[in-house]
Amino acid sequence: MAPPPHRRPGFSRKAQYGLFATYVVAIAGTIVAALLLTISVVDPTGFSALRAFGSEVTAPVARVINDARQSTQAITHNVSAYIDAASKNVALEKELKAHRSALIEARALHLENARLRGLLKIADEDAQQVAVGRLISSTASSTRRVATLSIGRNFGVERAQPVRGPAGLIGRVIETGPTTARVLLVTDSENLVPVMRASDGLPAFSSGLGNGLVLIKPLNLGESPFKVGDIIVTSGNGGLYGANIPFARVIRKTSDGALGMPFADPANTPYAVVMKPYLGEARAAQQALAPDGETKEVAE
Amino acid sequence: MKIPVSAIRLPTRPGREYESRFDREQSILKMLAIPIASIILASMVTTLPIFSAGPLLPPFGLLMFLSWRLMRPGLLPIWSGVPFGLMDDLFSGQPFGSAGLLWSLAMLVVEIIDSRAIWRDYLQDWLIAALLIIAVLVGGWWFAGLAHAAPKPEILFPQMLLSILLYPLVVRICARLDSWRLAT
Repeated sequence: MAPPPHRRPGFSRKAQYGLFATYVVAIAGTIVAALLLTISVVDPTGFSALRAFGSEVTAPVARVINDARQSTQAITHNVSAYIDAASKNVALEKELKAHRSALIEARALHLENARLRGLLKIADEDAQQVAVGRLISSTASSTRRVATLSIGRNFGVERAQPVRGPAGLIGRVIETGPTTARVLLVTDSENLVPVMRASDGLPAFSSGLGNGLVLIKPLNLGESPFKVGDIIVTSGNGGLYGANIPFARVIRKTSDGALGMPFADPANTPYAVVMKPYLGEARAAQQALAPDGETKEVAE
Repeated sequence: MKIPVSAIRLPTRPGREYESRFDREQSILKMLAIPIASIILASMVTTLPIFSAGPLLPPFGLLMFLSWRLMRPGLLPIWSGVPFGLMDDLFSGQPFGSAGLLWSLAMLVVEIIDSRAIWRDYLQDWLIAALLIIAVLVGGWWFAGLAHAAPKPEILFPQMLLSILLYPLVVRICARLDSWRLAT
């Protein structure tokens, strides 16, 4: 391929200056981009308005395509339900019988639990939902795991609200636009979630690995106490994420923790529920006294 | 100055509807808009409802940008990496400015290569694009790691491979668009 003609401006002064000017503009532009990058590294939420604009502009298309995608998924699901319908029916009836007694026991336990809490006068803050939306896109080409939610400030969605699906915890809201919001998924490396093992309440922390899995580390040092198949739920420690939201299943044991597969698959979740931050009022009261990042010394 | 054909056409006989096939002009709008629109639309692919467990979707905006640059040198100005990169940052989820910087640097690198290796064939273009894709993905991972906690770099390998293998397809799309762009 031959070089383009503009690279050989000849003796024309005007053409030479013009070529030189494009180089100057290119280098100046590169420096400007570097400065913008520095700003966004120092203050990651700084350009959220621009990103919100980007997702607002493209959201209508994403909404329509997402609707089409979900209805085709529903069709294939309906068709596949007919295959082996009789044997599936028998198996499901058996399962239903087994679960019925367990359900009655669970109801009784729930009632007893409420009564005991009443006796102890524990002020219980129920997980209240803010709004229900859907995930309409994700950052599939970036190393960050952020999804776009189909609702935003118009439905009262705000920063730092947990988001869950029917299967389990999805993540938390990090940026909001007028009609869209961005959700940091639990599989992002930055998302730390306080969790516990469902069977015995063993406390642990989960952090994303960026590849669809989460790393679960117990608070206690020593050999990993997890087994493959352990169910992990959120513990509610530290507020934000409510307690007992299904979180992940352990799929592999590592030397000091375990790898977990989150229950909520962003690609497959039919809806996403935005909830109020767990213990949000207590958190607000604590922030009023001693805001984050400012440690107050106690006057003697 | 060229006189448009329609101006010198004689008052024709009724029934002669077709236009002359000689000496037609290209549409300036099409010539300018197609490269710009194709790169921006390719950047917007990430906002479609595609959910992946890790970074897997190739950076289509970058692929389109590189293939226009390598296929038609001189079409995109040297500074165009900055505006296209910043546009890509709006949709990609990376820290704002990361693609602006990386695409601009890629543009300057291609410019330097252009001044050394003037006569290149398609395979060499593919090699240049492959190296630039790897560099931009690693750079994007590193910049995202400065602003936020970053995963291990190994998770980029599938995306790199997929992007490099998809580059020829994007070049072909680009070539089709180019022949449409220059068609009269």
